[in-house]
Amino acid sequence: MELLSLSNAPLLFIAAMMIKILVVFGVTMGIVAYATWVERKVIGHMQTRLGPTLTGPMGLLQPIADGIKLFFKEDIIPTEASKIPFVLAPMMILIPSLITMAVIPFGSDMQFTAGGKTYIIPLQITDLNIGILYILAMAGLGVYGITLAGWSSNSKYSLIGGIRASAQMISYELAAGLSIIAVFMLSETLSMREIVAQQSGSILDWYVWKQPLAFLLFMITGTAEINRTPFDMPEAESELVSGFCTEYSSMKYALFFMAEYANMVVIAGIIATLFLGGWSGPTPWGPVNLLGKIFGFMFFLMWIRATFPRVRYDQLMKLGWKVLLPLALANIVVTGLVVVLAQ
Amino acid sequence: MIKEFIQGLSITFKHLLPGHSTTVQYPKVKLQPSDRFRGLHRLVPSHDRAKCVACYLCPTVCPAKCITVESAENEKGEKYPRVYQIDLLRCIFCGYCVEACPVEAIEMTGNYELANYHRDDFVFDKQRLLNTK
Repeated sequence: MELLSLSNAPLLFIAAMMIKILVVFGVTMGIVAYATWVERKVIGHMQTRLGPTLTGPMGLLQPIADGIKLFFKEDIIPTEASKIPFVLAPMMILIPSLITMAVIPFGSDMQFTAGGKTYIIPLQITDLNIGILYILAMAGLGVYGITLAGWSSNSKYSLIGGIRASAQMISYELAAGLSIIAVFMLSETLSMREIVAQQSGSILDWYVWKQPLAFLLFMITGTAEINRTPFDMPEAESELVSGFCTEYSSMKYALFFMAEYANMVVIAGIIATLFLGGWSGPTPWGPVNLLGKIFGFMFFLMWIRATFPRVRYDQLMKLGWKVLLPLALANIVVTGLVVVLAQ
Repeated sequence: MIKEFIQGLSITFKHLLPGHSTTVQYPKVKLQPSDRFRGLHRLVPSHDRAKCVACYLCPTVCPAKCITVESAENEKGEKYPRVYQIDLLRCIFCGYCVEACPVEAIEMTGNYELANYHRDDFVFDKQRLLNTK
């Protein structure tokens, strides 16, 4: 039986693409909505509280109630704000985090028969051969939204939040990028699909065992890049009111929140794909594997949020430049030596 | 440092396990306040009227000036409070009126659910104070 690529059937290609995009978008937004509920529950119980209990059984309708509430809130744009950037900023945060999901593979190839021909559908929206470069680019783009939101609000708290976000991004993206270079030295490809394929043998093939330091570094820098506690300096509600989203209300504010959780999903997906074998193990169902790893890492992020206090700003910079960056560089040198000697 | 991180994480994880919540679901479950709790006032009745002898010690000692007393004499020549009012919006629940009372005619109950819809409803007159449980 001959397997055909979908690129020879443009209509089918578009249909399959739309379905994949809708499914990935729907699942991501579903996770985003219910991550808010899970986070409130988990952190509540960790702080010996209960979290939401009254909206529906166990508070399960809470995300819907929150959505409806925010939707009907008055949408305030400060008179002194720079209007167009103020409106654009929330979208500029959410969109880069959502389109990053496009390069994360979530299963093995699916076969599909139509008109006597068997087509092959890769379970990944698009397989860029520079997948990880694209991810880093989108992660860098996300911070423009935060900085723009902080600047256009014309409020001192927002501005400080925005500036902090950009400084934090510059310091941590460097270490994040360098820490995953070590992975590519082993995989010798930038395509997410290929990286998963190389880890698909058994659990022992996962890059987390070959690159434990890179895994740790990427976990820390990733947390810093998506502005989660203990690195949520741009928001820092105890010092900056609410940081870059101080002046926002209604659905614009909701977009910031959706972006924060979408970023969590994305960074969990990236970590799962780069270090934990992506969809390939340990159960035979690809999407289940990936979702399990994503949920696991998101739980870890919530766990950290419930446990550790926010770092001080100078500590954050010190950690980024003086600890993580040299460690990432050293990791590249050691990996390079091992790769050369092993040849 | 790593040891402390793990220690912190293990503490929060232990709290996540069921049975560690300290929340009381308030309107459904109510905690019993302690015997010394200073809640709503109560005038102690004695032979179906107030024990109070209208000596004016409680409005004198009251730091918030929330007690209004007007005395009168009954047919036996005994003083009694013709008017006894406590304005709960002014009351700071310090309990000085209870301490000052020479005949233990006023005491404080454990009732702390004192919210109401109208300002007038916060003024407790003699009958309402006598009826307080």
